[in-house]
Amino acid sequence: MAANNSTTSLWRSWRLQRRVIFALLMRETLTRFGRHNIGFLWMFAEPMMFTLGITALWSIMGAKHGSDLPITVFALSGYSSVLLWRNMPSRAISSIQPNLALMYHRNVKLIDIFIARLLLEAAGATMSFFLLSLIFIYIGWVDPPEDILKVIAAWALLAWFGMALAILLGALSEHYELVEKFWHPTAYLLFPLSGAGFLLEIVPEGPRNLLLYLPMLNCVEYLRDGYFGSLFTAHYSVSYVIACNSVLTLLSLAKLRQVSRTVVPK
Amino acid sequence: MITIRDVSKSYHTRSGLKVVLRDVNFDVHPGEKLGILGRNGAGKSTIIRLLSGVENPTRGHIHRQMSVSWPLAFGGAFQTSLTGLDNLRFICRVYGVDPESKVPFVEEFSELGRYLREPVGSYSSGMLARLAFAISMTIEFDCFLIDEIIAVGDQRFHDKCHVELFERRADRAMIFVSHDINYIQAHCQRAAVLSDANLTMFDNVPEAYEFYLAQ
Repeated sequence: MAANNSTTSLWRSWRLQRRVIFALLMRETLTRFGRHNIGFLWMFAEPMMFTLGITALWSIMGAKHGSDLPITVFALSGYSSVLLWRNMPSRAISSIQPNLALMYHRNVKLIDIFIARLLLEAAGATMSFFLLSLIFIYIGWVDPPEDILKVIAAWALLAWFGMALAILLGALSEHYELVEKFWHPTAYLLFPLSGAGFLLEIVPEGPRNLLLYLPMLNCVEYLRDGYFGSLFTAHYSVSYVIACNSVLTLLSLAKLRQVSRTVVPK
Repeated sequence: MITIRDVSKSYHTRSGLKVVLRDVNFDVHPGEKLGILGRNGAGKSTIIRLLSGVENPTRGHIHRQMSVSWPLAFGGAFQTSLTGLDNLRFICRVYGVDPESKVPFVEEFSELGRYLREPVGSYSSGMLARLAFAISMTIEFDCFLIDEIIAVGDQRFHDKCHVELFERRADRAMIFVSHDINYIQAHCQRAAVLSDANLTMFDNVPEAYEFYLAQ
């Protein structure tokens, strides 16, 4: 009986949380994109514009970044990845205070606010990557991925990394204003190191091993291995990324729990 | 029933720890109307926040065996760039109520007309209060939390609120928090006084008032 009760209540909690996250998701979508012109299509139109711009720029400059790869697939995989992991923390930082009043609706928890925001961000980046891939494959600028499961796994790992990092930084930013100040320069400086603009095979072994401490770099290499792995030698460790993500997730949830005990809505 | 057991709440301030509530104990039974009297800054809003569950006590337990509302007519959670209707839909979704089934009631009750389809940010404070009250009435609770007097709009609207809350929902429990004795007297059987972080319960309102005046 007791066991039965607890499954029921776990099931009910899950349904409740889904309901709350859906409500927040709708609210966030409307707030950010509104109903004007193309409305929520901006969710992926915006990242698509970024990626297209970078792809065009690199193609014109002939920026081969030290390899003979087709530039389109290189830019598409690289810049889409950056958008995925970098935008989530930016959306999460300093997002607690403006949303605190929502907590008067007792079922709404801080974690739900974060999850709704981050899902929206991840969905936008994913749709952008997916649609651009389809378009480029259709017009023949890009060959279909060699191993689509690897691409999906790499994308999922990168999204997980972005989410865990976002929740950790979002929760920390509630206690330390400096997080907000430091995130933008850090994200900017990490961009050239994140593998968006180069392949690890051109890097000498010494610095390469150092660079491989960056989880997002591992993910980008893994993603490209799935997309066009036969054209280069990929360097990455999936187990390292999983370990990193797990630790980040644990830290982020612990910090969020601590913050949620101390925040005081007006 | 709601049981409040040994509840204390303190905040860290620059001048040290400030105890707002100390070992507060009381019960709220279904259908009961309880008033809490207190001067400004006595901790009335804190007690409402603890009861609504938006904050947790520093020590002690609050056990809710009935559903407890958010503070009545609270509009702080509105997203001002969204329309009144969108805000209504959000609240309905959070509580698992079909939003479209509540639109006619809110349209009729709030008397906002076409403004219901305009951003909440463009509302006057009176319109905001009318929307907030109407939305509060779309979700059913066993216990309503009422922070200060609901003096919304003109007399006619005031009367409508009265009917909706005190007549149609006369069977619900209500917890009133106010410094206005007339208001508490009009609605409550029992009252408590909040002073110096202590909550003192009285079986009737006049006794509570006497104690409150002596503070």
